[in-house]
Amino acid sequence: MTESAEQDPMSALPPEVIRDLHRRMVRIRLFEETAGKLMEAGKMPGFLHLYVGQEAVAAGVMATLRADDVITSTHRGHGHAVAKGADLRYMYAELFGKQTGYCKGRGGSMHINDLSIGMLGANGIVGGGIPHAVGAALAAVYKGQDSVAVPFFGDGATNIGAFHESANLAAVMQLPVVFVCENNGYAEFTPQDRHMLLKDVADRAAAYGMPADIVDGMDAVAVYLAAQRLVERARAGEGPSLLEAKTYRFYDHQGVKGLRIPYRTQEEIDTWKQRDAITSLEQRMTTVGVAAPPELEKVWSETGEEIAAAIRFAEESPDPDPAHLLDNVYTV
Amino acid sequence: MREITYVKAFTESLMQLMAEDDNVVVIGEDVAHYGGVFHAFEGLLKTYGEKRVIDTPISEMGFIGMGVGAAARGLRPVCDLMFFDFIGVALDQLYNQAAKLKFMFGGDVSVPLTLTTAGGAGLSAGPQHSQSLEAWLAHVPGLKVALPSSPHDVKGLMVASVRDDNPTVVVLNKRMLGTKGPVPEEIYAIPLGQAATVRTGRDATVIAVGRMVPEAVTAAEELAKDGIEVEVIDLRTVQPLDSAAILESIRRTNRGLVVHEAVTFGGIGAEIAAQIQEEAFDYLDAPVLRLGAPFAPVPFSPVLERAYIPDSSRIAAGVRRLLERTGG
Repeated sequence: MTESAEQDPMSALPPEVIRDLHRRMVRIRLFEETAGKLMEAGKMPGFLHLYVGQEAVAAGVMATLRADDVITSTHRGHGHAVAKGADLRYMYAELFGKQTGYCKGRGGSMHINDLSIGMLGANGIVGGGIPHAVGAALAAVYKGQDSVAVPFFGDGATNIGAFHESANLAAVMQLPVVFVCENNGYAEFTPQDRHMLLKDVADRAAAYGMPADIVDGMDAVAVYLAAQRLVERARAGEGPSLLEAKTYRFYDHQGVKGLRIPYRTQEEIDTWKQRDAITSLEQRMTTVGVAAPPELEKVWSETGEEIAAAIRFAEESPDPDPAHLLDNVYTV
Repeated sequence: MREITYVKAFTESLMQLMAEDDNVVVIGEDVAHYGGVFHAFEGLLKTYGEKRVIDTPISEMGFIGMGVGAAARGLRPVCDLMFFDFIGVALDQLYNQAAKLKFMFGGDVSVPLTLTTAGGAGLSAGPQHSQSLEAWLAHVPGLKVALPSSPHDVKGLMVASVRDDNPTVVVLNKRMLGTKGPVPEEIYAIPLGQAATVRTGRDATVIAVGRMVPEAVTAAEELAKDGIEVEVIDLRTVQPLDSAAILESIRRTNRGLVVHEAVTFGGIGAEIAAQIQEEAFDYLDAPVLRLGAPFAPVPFSPVLERAYIPDSSRIAAGVRRLLERTGG
């Protein structure tokens, strides 16, 4: 299973890059697992679309981006926000619906945003954020900046018009956009082979005259290397591209508990879980000698402390004041 | 004052807005090289170049969504939706995205996007190129909606909309594009949410929007021959709605008629009538009347279309009905 140190493409990367990928993934995993427990305990209102299982995609892509590069995200957006560097305190506060949250309790789980780190928002409408990334790329080019824009979306979103219109626009205008499709095999509960005939979403790029790449979305190093190439290409003014990362959602579409109808086999779930992106990266890091087990364990424990503090912050934060319900409906 | 057409006033507003602010860009189908299907964008490409006047594929959702993203990142895009009827294919980007980003992102993002479009019937353009859908948009918190009724107002409302930091829809009236009127040469803004009293009167108030404003003025002139003095209020914007101006007038005239091209059912007239009965019931000498289109798509046949759209004679008849009621 584990490649030898000489063969592993990881060896070509600086150790701090690998450790950075690992830390980003651990932060996402613990953020999400903890959020799931809080939801099960009835401590959080609303819906919860957990990103667990797909961490390598957010971590791998985000590690190639700068703070001024803009991303847009989806209903399953916590991972993107965490990986882009969002403050976990404000994230939990938003999940709790508190005034200190990223959206001041007005948006919730599906609308985390932080423009100071280039996070132009998660979006509750499938495909809804994709055109915004194209617009961010247009604004960057207009202002003579060399930042790029990266919309994240799932396999299901590539069946919606916003994806196709955005892909065509970005291509015909040659804008610096890297479209990142996280293909987790399901559009909500419908498997890919029942929502499109293509095996690879990447094939759709050819229809718009842009290149595409397919990568193992359970391998953060592979995602990083592929994204790096496409991001550099976009930054150099060579136009948009599509990256398809094959990955898997460990939890259900929404929430943490099983559904009344089993739409996936236990065998399928177990097979993907055996390829857990964090566990496999840790094995490779140990093998290659990038990090020893105690160092990896320290990342988990430090992150756990950060999360505990963030939850305390959220719980102790005030609720929004209904007297300010109309705030920010308009810019005044 | 010099007189120019409604559409030239629109073009001039953009010329001056683009000179005033480098972040103003125009995005839409055939707006650059062709100059817009209604000639509304003629000359912009020559003056400002392809960087600022951008032709797009026929992808209303895509390019309006692109405008939303660009607006969130500091540009001030003017996106053109050729016909108001096409809003359906792009609506998500307007009502779920542009209108809500400010609120749902906690106030951190503004979307200074202006969507221009052409609505209204009267050109035998048929059921999918003639509609007046302003009430749909007025129902969405976060949007502003303007319907200029004259060349003067086209320019002033465009300037206010583009300078505004909120997503604003400016609905031009297709049948008024060639209408001439006095327009100041310098740049000026008409505040959004401020109705205009275009004619004063003591006997009844006609509250009109878009092309129904000049029709209401014509009706008022006819009625004046019979000694009936009608006040005409031009809403200018249906969101924000200038409720104060409406109520102030109704409290003086004690009678109100609302007129718009949109179908009567669920139109902005219903909202206005409801507000009047809530806030000025004791001042009324008659029920508030609504005059709009019947509950049918806009027909193609000129004969049917004339029967469909309210006009000055029907407005005058409506006012006479109001006056038949005596105060209690």
